[in-house]
Amino acid sequence: MRRDIFQAIADPTRRAIITLIALQAMTPNAIAENFNTTRQAISKHLRILTECDLVKQAYQGREIYYSLEIEKMKEIDKWLNQFREIWETRFNQLDQVLSTIKKQGK
Amino acid sequence: MSSNLLFDFTVDKTTNTVFVNREFAVDLPLVWDAFTKQEILDQWWAPKPWTSRTKFMDFSAGGRRFYAMVSPEGQEHWSIQEYTSISAKTNFKISSVFADNDENINKEMPSSKWDLNFSEQNGTTSVSIIIKHNTLADLEQHIQMGFKEGFTMTLNALDKLFKNLK
Repeated sequence: MRRDIFQAIADPTRRAIITLIALQAMTPNAIAENFNTTRQAISKHLRILTECDLVKQAYQGREIYYSLEIEKMKEIDKWLNQFREIWETRFNQLDQVLSTIKKQGK
Repeated sequence: MSSNLLFDFTVDKTTNTVFVNREFAVDLPLVWDAFTKQEILDQWWAPKPWTSRTKFMDFSAGGRRFYAMVSPEGQEHWSIQEYTSISAKTNFKISSVFADNDENINKEMPSSKWDLNFSEQNGTTSVSIIIKHNTLADLEQHIQMGFKEGFTMTLNALDKLFKNLK
């Protein structure tokens, strides 16, 4: 199942998980210790994050370690930057218009 | 134009809110007019090579602006902005939706709420815009309303323009 990346970051617990595993790969148990919630709930969040390709899993013996896909997180910022550029251009155009009106007024 | 004027763009991903702050080196009444008068608004609202074409605009509380973003190929993307509240030369609020060319609201498309604040200090006018979306992914619709095409071209053209002005 493919999920929207924004669904992944829409939830506060998932954002907290992202922050945790950005620093180091962690097992679901180690992640769950940081939250006042059930291990099942954490597993569900991890599944959603996995389905968004925001986290990757690595097996070490019987343990699964989760870590963050940094590149995927960067995609969000890149995408948002397009919106920034629209506003930048728009306002640069407004500068020109204001400057023209000001000259005409004098 | 002075180049040390503030431009600030931030996104709060937790609340799906976009914050845009910008300063302009002119008096507040002029900036206010640029945002609230159809003939000025259409001159800068659409990033070139797109154009903004306002069919009608009633800048009053409860009034509407019905306008299209027109692509260089002539493709039109219509929107309705309703002015939900206005405090003259200080603030106004907008509820923005996409529509067809007959002014029918497209309910499939995302809506957004805008809050625009204006203030002036020593001849510099600050505009602060807060845009609240239902989901952050809704922003994609705004980007898809064109804008991408010819964007690099626009930026290069602007660079040249500013160099000439210096």
